[in-house]
Amino acid sequence: MIRIECPWCGPRSEAEFTCGGQSHIVRPADPAAVSDREWAQYLYQRDNPKGLHYERWRHTFGCRQWFNVARDTVTHEIRAVYRMTDLKPAPGGEGV
Amino acid sequence: MEKYSGFNLLKHALTGHRRWPRSWRSPEPKPRYDVVIIGGGGHGLATAYYLAKEQGITNVAVLEKGWLGGGNTGRNTAVSRSNYFYPESTRFFEHSLKRFETMGRDLNYNIMFSQVGLLNLAFSRHELEIFRRWATAIQVQGVDCQVMSRDEIAAAVPLLNMSPHARYRVYGGFMQRRGGISRHDAVAWAYARAADNLGVDIIQNCEVTGLEVGDGRIRGVKTSRGAIRTDKVGMAVAGHSTAVAAMAGIKLPIVSQCLQAMVSEPVKPCFDHVVMSPMVHCYVSQSDRGELVIGGGADTHPSYGQRGNLPTTEAVLNAVVEMYPTFSRLKLMRQWGGIVDIAPDSSPIVSKTPVTGFYISTGWGTGGYKAIPAGGETLAHTIAHDRPHPLVEPFSLDRFAQGRLVDEGAAAGVAH
Repeated sequence: MIRIECPWCGPRSEAEFTCGGQSHIVRPADPAAVSDREWAQYLYQRDNPKGLHYERWRHTFGCRQWFNVARDTVTHEIRAVYRMTDLKPAPGGEGV
Repeated sequence: MEKYSGFNLLKHALTGHRRWPRSWRSPEPKPRYDVVIIGGGGHGLATAYYLAKEQGITNVAVLEKGWLGGGNTGRNTAVSRSNYFYPESTRFFEHSLKRFETMGRDLNYNIMFSQVGLLNLAFSRHELEIFRRWATAIQVQGVDCQVMSRDEIAAAVPLLNMSPHARYRVYGGFMQRRGGISRHDAVAWAYARAADNLGVDIIQNCEVTGLEVGDGRIRGVKTSRGAIRTDKVGMAVAGHSTAVAAMAGIKLPIVSQCLQAMVSEPVKPCFDHVVMSPMVHCYVSQSDRGELVIGGGADTHPSYGQRGNLPTTEAVLNAVVEMYPTFSRLKLMRQWGGIVDIAPDSSPIVSKTPVTGFYISTGWGTGGYKAIPAGGETLAHTIAHDRPHPLVEPFSLDRFAQGRLVDEGAAAGVAH
């Protein structure tokens, strides 16, 4: 069981949340200009690290807001929670 | 290799079964192999066996970082079926199911394959309509599939809660009679014994730490037990596919998630079929030892923690006790998790890669066990001929850039 600190509602059980997968994915600025391979990378390629993972979560059964979480995929420990518009915290830095 | 037979069983009974020969050797790794297979689970061992048996390549090593079948092969719920929606999937999995049907004889090993029948339940009129479409798709592909009414299901599964007021009210379903369960360890051991007998070196406690690539070709493998030269490497490592492929500089469209399973205490025979329900994602069968074997959907976030998170356990068990109220009195004996590779379209990837001589078998998601024979056979063919086996042409790595997804997750409502 993971306890997640929602930026709006405070600490809640994992059961209230939905994981939206990897965060900080940037859509190509001009989709018509990229190759099929680059477009497939954008659509389907994910980091899938064994360790620190930057991912999106939604408080589905609460405030319904999206936010970012830096979480270890082996221990499931949450290292940082930050808002959608915040920059990715550096690994090993404050809170990560 | 000493044949397993009734006669030999009697012969060894005279010496108290103390003189059976070892099933396979424990060789030291040689400096060079024609093919190296990474991963000593069902898929890796089957690949090595079919390389030796059907492709005539016997200078093969299988490298396993732990023990044989100690990964997902030894953790899964051992279900075989071929009731898919798309022809690409059905062709492949039907071939695999046929291999299961003859595996005991082919490999001279009792895999305890019981074709108990696999029943899918629909919990709404709408789901039943989709089931009829799905069942028709299976039938027109020449695979056995029988639509069943509420009454027929009540007779087949007496412990199922058939109340009209049930939380999950049964509207109907369909059954694949040839589907069934087998002994998962035995499948790994059968392939290991048969491959070893054909000259394959199975090397346990040997972790691959790097892949040597030069001029876009595989040159060798670095392991915890020294370097091995080879021109061809087959990767069959569920869970850690992205990490191993990254050693060759290849990125895969794979996310690793945990899939749980659990068993109850053993009870007398009470449950004849494998009963699944795509909507609530829970399935149940009874093992030969009497345990109820329970599985569900994968945990809902990326994970390499081989244990499973409690909310998923709770959701699966909630569904079990709603559907089978008597099971609420059973004690749960064990719960465990394995890490599965999930591709964007929930279909496998058996493919050549941009690195010459590097072949991958991954993306088996929540259903790789049933694919072991066909997965091994097609990967062996792909490695030996450097071109995909016809059964896995639709499951190539480049399908994502080409937009040729085989979206079985969307079509059938369940992961593979």
